Amino acid sequence: MKHKTFFWFVLPSSLAMLLFIFFPILSVLIQSVHVDTEQVIKEVKNCGPFGCETITSIDQEATQALERENPLGRFAGLTTYLDRRHLAVDEVHAAWGSTTGVGDFFNQLVNLPFYKAMSFTLAYTFIVTPLVIIFGFIIAVAVNGAVKWVRGPLIFFSLLPMLVTPLVGALTLFWMVDARGIVGNALQYLASDPNLSVKASTPLTWVMLMVYGVWHSAPFAFIVYYAGLQSVNKDTLESAMIDGASRWEQIRYVIIPHLLPLTTFIALMQLMDNFRVFEPIVSFSAEAHATSLSWAIYNDLGGETRQLSSAAATSVLTILGISILLLPVLVRTWRDFTHK
Amino acid sequence: MAAKTQRRSHALNLLLIVVLVVWMILAAFPFIWTLWGSFKVEGDFFSKADWANALAGPLTLKETGGSFTGAGYHGAWIKEAFGLAAMNTVIVCLFVVTISLTFGTLGGYALSRSTYRYAYWFLIIALIFRAMPPITLVSGYLPVFFNWNLWGHLPTAIVVLVAINQPFTLWMLHSFFKNIPKDLDESAMVDGCNRFQAFRHVIVPVMWPGVITTGLFSFLLAYNDFAVTTMILSKENQTMVPKISSFLGTTQTKGNVMFAVAAVVSATAPLFVMVLFFQRQIVSGLTAGAVKG
Repeated sequence: MKHKTFFWFVLPSSLAMLLFIFFPILSVLIQSVHVDTEQVIKEVKNCGPFGCETITSIDQEATQALERENPLGRFAGLTTYLDRRHLAVDEVHAAWGSTTGVGDFFNQLVNLPFYKAMSFTLAYTFIVTPLVIIFGFIIAVAVNGAVKWVRGPLIFFSLLPMLVTPLVGALTLFWMVDARGIVGNALQYLASDPNLSVKASTPLTWVMLMVYGVWHSAPFAFIVYYAGLQSVNKDTLESAMIDGASRWEQIRYVIIPHLLPLTTFIALMQLMDNFRVFEPIVSFSAEAHATSLSWAIYNDLGGETRQLSSAAATSVLTILGISILLLPVLVRTWRDFTHK
Repeated sequence: MAAKTQRRSHALNLLLIVVLVVWMILAAFPFIWTLWGSFKVEGDFFSKADWANALAGPLTLKETGGSFTGAGYHGAWIKEAFGLAAMNTVIVCLFVVTISLTFGTLGGYALSRSTYRYAYWFLIIALIFRAMPPITLVSGYLPVFFNWNLWGHLPTAIVVLVAINQPFTLWMLHSFFKNIPKDLDESAMVDGCNRFQAFRHVIVPVMWPGVITTGLFSFLLAYNDFAVTTMILSKENQTMVPKISSFLGTTQTKGNVMFAVAAVVSATAPLFVMVLFFQRQIVSGLTAGAVKG
């Protein structure tokens, strides 16, 4: 295809991505090194019947004039990144100095908002991703072994948890594990503790969020593996059988190697999607016990005062995080590409 | 296959059935339970006394005179104007899908036909964009949208969702177009068509299966989005998902959590129907990227 034709064909979608993905990333970068314009304080002498007093107030006009002059605000360098709400360098340093042990240091660390979000996001990503792969594989093997006519309905119901809106899916689960819901009741019965509440306990909230994550994503792994199982080479499988391979050996030496490239694909997609975990935290109202990086940005942007610089700094740190996570994959693609 | 099935031991068969039954309960039960509960009153669906109240519904009978009540739906759709949010969702999805597919087919086609190195890098950059959590971009949009008075309107959300959709759409359509033999459009060009005419008259008629599958996923992305729509749309223009989340803030205190339950069921129903009709396309779409490498 000629360069010129290629250019015209990809123009609309490149323009969309340039304007609404690339520029916003630049905009986020710029915002993160600026803070709001300082408010101009003026002193007004107020004289009444009981004498004069000076009142300090915000000079709205002067402030607005300054804002017009510098729409971005003041240049602040990396201060937003280093403050208490983000990397909290001073606090971490103090904690390191006063700590009594590694455990204590981590306890102090997760009390800082950024590290709290980071710890949950990473824990969620690295616990949910392998579980999704394992459960997806088990379900795929089971469905593949089922009689033909039940497979359609099985796939239909399996797709639901994945395709349903994350916020909505998380809500349905959340209402069930509510202390007054059916699963919440069952848990109280099993633990023989009538006051047990998943919402009130940090570890249980984490577990619940991760259970949701696996429930939501396992169908994806299942479908990919299921399609992979359909294309297993029947001849190889048969020769393995003739050579006396047991069922387990067939899985271990024929099926798993065949599915390995699919696992890379699932892992890549899951790392991307789990790192942005966000909706279940809103649905479960779990912010007291678990926050994520995406939730932290949402929290900064919402509410009465939109803290744009703070949100921008968290965004940049999140983008850095996902880049580090995907770096191995990118390096591998690069190597494959240069080999060709 | 039949021979293999017969060789399976009873223990293995039992295990297989147990796995499938457990998974089916996990996958389907929450939806059935919520659907059932949405026709009860709050005191039954969230019963302090006995979970079984949600099944029989003694309070529903006492408060409304019937075993089932549409009060939740009435509250959500009539009192809280959920219909307006549903309408907004329809508009957003319709436009997002149409525009995404138009841009995506053009781009995806070019990417599948170009043999130059930059086409490959284009796809890699799209993959990197796909990895960005959408909410990180939102903090980039807001100041600009506020300054230019773009914030809060449906068209803004549509354009943003189209852009966020592009990387995925391009990847998917690129892999579909790769499977359409090159000879097809090249022979048209030998016959005197230019590239666009070849695309228009030869490729467009055969591309629909891939476009429909990609369209389903574009639809899902627009329909399910929460991060972008909740931040960019004003209260009057909210789509369904942010509307449901706003129910949680306001109605839980008013004791009208059943509005949210009814709204959740209403928002799930269209997806249910979609899976029912397009199961095959969805499955083929999910595996297109993976199986073909």
